[in-house]
Formats: sequence, structure tokens, C-alpha cells
Amino acid sequence: MRWLRTVATPHEIAGFLAGAVFGSGLLVSGMIDTTKVQGWLDFFGEWDPTLAFVMGGAVLPMFFVWRIAERRGRSVLGDPIPARSAPVFDRPFIAGSLMFGAGWGLAGLCPGPALASFAIGGWGGALFFLAMISGMVVAPALRRLFESRRPIS
Amino acid sequence: MIPQDWIWGLIGGLMIGGAAGFYLLMNGRILGASGILGGLVDASGRDSMVERLAFLFGAMAVPPLLVPLYDRVETHITGNPLVIIAAGLLVGVGTRLANGCTSGHGVCGMSRLAPRGILSTLLYLLGGAVTVWLFRHVLGVI
Repeated sequence: MRWLRTVATPHEIAGFLAGAVFGSGLLVSGMIDTTKVQGWLDFFGEWDPTLAFVMGGAVLPMFFVWRIAERRGRSVLGDPIPARSAPVFDRPFIAGSLMFGAGWGLAGLCPGPALASFAIGGWGGALFFLAMISGMVVAPALRRLFESRRPIS
Repeated sequence: MIPQDWIWGLIGGLMIGGAAGFYLLMNGRILGASGILGGLVDASGRDSMVERLAFLFGAMAVPPLLVPLYDRVETHITGNPLVIIAAGLLVGVGTRLANGCTSGHGVCGMSRLAPRGILSTLLYLLGGAVTVWLFRHVLGVI
């Protein structure tokens, strides 16, 4: 495996593996199918509970990993475990969460599945990806606009 | 819902959680798709650029390899370009303002019982449910 070290660092290899399993899990779970995601959000129509199993299956191992990680304090490769962020619920956080939900409902895609289905999503998937990137480009300017106003609390 | 859908959902979910756990234990990082991508887009993550690119490469290039083994791999995305553009912009702006999406806030935040993760998840579920109700059942667009 020594040759691998010459082309990529352990962090990069672990990042690639995490991305590969993450994206594959999204494909296997059916979450790249926009009709299933919209079906989950459609509480007034033919509700599809699949996403609850996906979220449950994902949260379960992570619940235990957080306990291990916080007890260790450091990652295997020596990085600090991210500290808990302060429970700040400001305007950008609330408005951003609602906006994200609205976009998620409109097209049935969130960032993870947009990545995982990019190669098979056709022009629609590519257009969504391009629009999402554009939104990410303008987000910092919008955040400054939000923060120039008085906070809620 | 096809009856076995929940089994595939659970298996895929465990893979997603396993990947997030591996990333946290190995690299000490929270697996959030919008954060990893957004940090590249606005250059806030320039210190970990290659690690982020490696993650994105894995997430984009490996799933298509599974397509031949798996029979249900159609995204069924709408053919309405205006809806797609509006949705993409909202997802891009919203996840960056909220500092997370379904993976960062949903999977990693809720499993840590983080108040921000739980509240963001409730808010984006609310936003999504209202949007589907409005655009599907009232306006009939999607």
C-alpha cells in the first residue's frame, strides 16, 4: 500500500472512501429518486415512509460513533473532534433551513443525492447542480445582508 | 411504496451512517454534503481542498458503478427547467445559510442530539412539506 501514500494522503484516501460509501448508500436507499423524496414530504397525498428508514438507519450508527469520538477526543489520524456549536438560532439559520426545505420539496433533491446521481441524472440533474452551486456562490453575500439587520433575540 | 423499499432504505441508511461515522473517526470531520461542497465553492475550506475533492470524487464517481447491479436507478427529476433552477438556488443558498443539509444537520447533528441539527431538520421538513402541498396539491406544478 506504500504506493498509495505517494499519490494521496491518508486523509484524502479516507475522504474518498467516505464519499464512495456515502454516495452508494444514497443510491441503494432510493434517495436519488426524486419521486420517493417528494413522496416522503407529501403528507397530504400518497405518503412514502421510506426516508424514515433511511434516516433511522443513518442516525443509529452515528449515535454510537459520536460517543466513541467524543470520548477519544481525537480522530484516528490525529485531528480534533469538532466541538459542539453554540445553540444559535439566528435569522440566516432559520431562513436558510426553510429555504433549503422548499428547494428540497420542489425538485426532490438535496446536496448528497445531487452528487451521487450526477452521472445518471441527465440534463435535469446537471441543471440542478449548476443552480445549487450558483446558490452557494451568492450565499455569503446574502448572509452579510441578513447579519446587517438586528438579530431576533 | 414497494414493500421491500424500506429494507433498501434501511441498508442504504446504514451505509450513509457508516460512511459518516468512518469520516468522523478517521478525519475528525462532520460528513455534510453541502458543507464539503460549499467550502470549495466559497473557498472557506481551502485548507482541506484536496480532502474535499477526494470526498466529492468518491460520492460522484462510485455510485454509477453500482448501477448495473441495481434495478431502480432513475432520478425521475421534473422536466420543468424553471422548477429545477429555483429548487437548486434555494438548496444552494439555504444549506449555506443554515450551515448544513440532510447529512450534516439531519444525520450528524440529530445523532449528536445537537439542538441546531434537530431544529434545522424540523424546519427543512416543514419547508419541504408545505412546498410539496402548495406546488402539488394547490398549484399542480410538481
